[in-house]
Amino acid sequence: MSIFLPLVAIPAECYYEALAMTDTSTLALGEARVGFRGRISALDMSRADGAGLPAPELERRLLELGFVEGAMVELLHQGLFGGDPIAVRVAATTIALRRREAMAVVVTPQ
Amino acid sequence: MNAPTDLSPTVALVGNPNCGKTALFNALTGSRQKVANYPGVTVERKLGRLSTPGGRSIELLDLPGTYSLRARSPDEEITRDAVLDRLKDEIAPDLVVCVGDASNLRLALRLALELKHVGRPVMLALNMMDIARKRGIEIDLAKLSAELGVPVVSSVAVRRGGTDALLAELDRQLANLPAATIADWQAPDASGLRTAQREADRVLRAAVKMPSAPDLGTTRVDAVLLHPVAGLVILLAILFVMFQAVFAWAKPAMDLISDGFTWLGAFVGSLPMPELLQSFLKDGVIAGVGSVIVFLPQIVILFFFILLLEDLGYMARAAFLMDKIMGGAGLHGRAFIPLLSSFACAIPGIMATRVIDDRRDRLTTILVAPLMTCSARIPVYTLIISAFIPDREVWGFMGLQGLVMFGLYAVGIVGALTVSFVMKRLLWRSSVGEPFMLELPDYKIPQARSLIMGVFARAMAFLKRAGTTILSMMILIWVLASFPEAPAGATDPAINYSLAAMIGHFIEPVTMPLGFNWQINVALIPGMAAREVAVGALGTIYAVNGGAEATQQIGQALAGHWSLGTALALLAWYIFAPQCASTLAVIRRETGGWKWMWITFGYMLALAYVAALITYQVVAALGAG
Repeated sequence: MSIFLPLVAIPAECYYEALAMTDTSTLALGEARVGFRGRISALDMSRADGAGLPAPELERRLLELGFVEGAMVELLHQGLFGGDPIAVRVAATTIALRRREAMAVVVTPQ
Repeated sequence: MNAPTDLSPTVALVGNPNCGKTALFNALTGSRQKVANYPGVTVERKLGRLSTPGGRSIELLDLPGTYSLRARSPDEEITRDAVLDRLKDEIAPDLVVCVGDASNLRLALRLALELKHVGRPVMLALNMMDIARKRGIEIDLAKLSAELGVPVVSSVAVRRGGTDALLAELDRQLANLPAATIADWQAPDASGLRTAQREADRVLRAAVKMPSAPDLGTTRVDAVLLHPVAGLVILLAILFVMFQAVFAWAKPAMDLISDGFTWLGAFVGSLPMPELLQSFLKDGVIAGVGSVIVFLPQIVILFFFILLLEDLGYMARAAFLMDKIMGGAGLHGRAFIPLLSSFACAIPGIMATRVIDDRRDRLTTILVAPLMTCSARIPVYTLIISAFIPDREVWGFMGLQGLVMFGLYAVGIVGALTVSFVMKRLLWRSSVGEPFMLELPDYKIPQARSLIMGVFARAMAFLKRAGTTILSMMILIWVLASFPEAPAGATDPAINYSLAAMIGHFIEPVTMPLGFNWQINVALIPGMAAREVAVGALGTIYAVNGGAEATQQIGQALAGHWSLGTALALLAWYIFAPQCASTLAVIRRETGGWKWMWITFGYMLALAYVAALITYQVVAALGAG
């Protein structure tokens, strides 16, 4: 099972590196496939205009569930219809959410 | 509003959902619990008493689970207001215990940091320490305490002696409790939350050593249970077993209860006493309450399954699997559990909608919950089906009667989905709807003790309701059906001279197009107390003498009096009609006013009328009216 990297035991100095990077390879978590692994590089509410909440509230909800810049994420499962909703591991917690809200989470593949 | 010093100190448990807070509460207080509602709201207030080894008596308050004090639902508002001492008539806690799942501390640590700002002494209890240890998670309690700036203890709620360290720390804390300070908590904005989570992550890295490989048990199970296709198939299989259990396993116990009440009624009937009093006791109290208590076995089995799946961690997965399907009808994924419960009885179902944060989503769910075919409809369905639908096979393997029964369930479900869809489009056009976001907790082995206590609490709540609301409703309906009394020398059953009969005659012109005669109208009145009471009422009206085999005789009597069209129209009526005063009472309580109760009553009545009208007219046009 060597493909499963440790998700939490990450040296502190690596944590915010992703923040500084302006990488063209970033994508929205809402468009990632099952098996995707990466790091959150930003929360960008303008990408989730179909979400059911006003932007500031959506951002706070995501933060409260642990979607913070620098955290590792892995897309574990998706639903049958339209691949929605998705189950995402954020650090060591698994969160279920819909793709249209996950669009606000910008991730860099790792 | 602080506690006067002569009272026992109050300690509040606060924690994320799924952190094992309730298990810890149960372990600490045992059976010394009081569950009530907070005044004016429908949030459960769970208070328990415990004694520490140091001889202190403590009032322990179990507050609703939350990720943050920035409340989003009525439950979370209670948690916020309780720790901030904003609740009128409530004593603010002297000490706040933040409970965290030791194997999943990241979000708990942020909550703990937030709780440091409420102006009350705070400590952190790391629950489920055994699971964390088994997974190779090493937590340096002293370091964690130093980094967080609050005392930290470990606990294992489910093991004997697992709460010793927590109890000892409670003694130590309460012995020299610092005075409450001014709360400087303010609802955090996004940047505040970010800063706090980063601080929590820093503390986590400093004090907690995670194993080199994460625990894959839950991931492996989820690979099957959350598989897009297999997951749905397994969910359906689980539901099938659940319903099989609710109906088949409950049968012997229900028969026993039913026989018991029949015997009790007969016993009262044999006692020398005035006829009116006898009728009151036998037909009003015993038959009425008995007809509701007979559902206790089904409710116990249903809640056993719901709590078992909840404790296992499966319920959140069921919501995940059903979200898209429910969402298509304008319902929230979390509405799945309440609607499922409504198949046993809409009352626990409506009460279970409290898990839905958004008010509109919750209202939609409450409004359609009574359309799910509850078990009280079954006696009515069974009676009419067995009397009017021939017992033969169709397509070689399916019974026609069973097929009709299935059809009635299906129409109820389709009706509920349609109503919620229409509501979402018409009433709340502007809203896209609350996002579906919830934590999928790791699978856990349920604890028998916690499970039994949970089922017991639900059963008691149901019995209490049967003993109060339903009893008074039964008495009212008995009065309607018994007064005025039959004149001397009357040949018809006494109910035919009563107020109920007058109402039945009065509304006959309205129900004529449905094929309902006045006798049916009369039976629908006691049927308001509980749907299945209509069966007994029909027996009374058609002068069938009761007893264990009465149902069959009632069926024969009906087959002699009604056309097929009338029978089918009555079935259609029963799918939709708001024939349950208790459900309406619960809707009023849960929505905090009469408005939504009347909306439910009105739309269900309209649907029932139209459905029965179409059914009767179509069948009549085909020549069976």
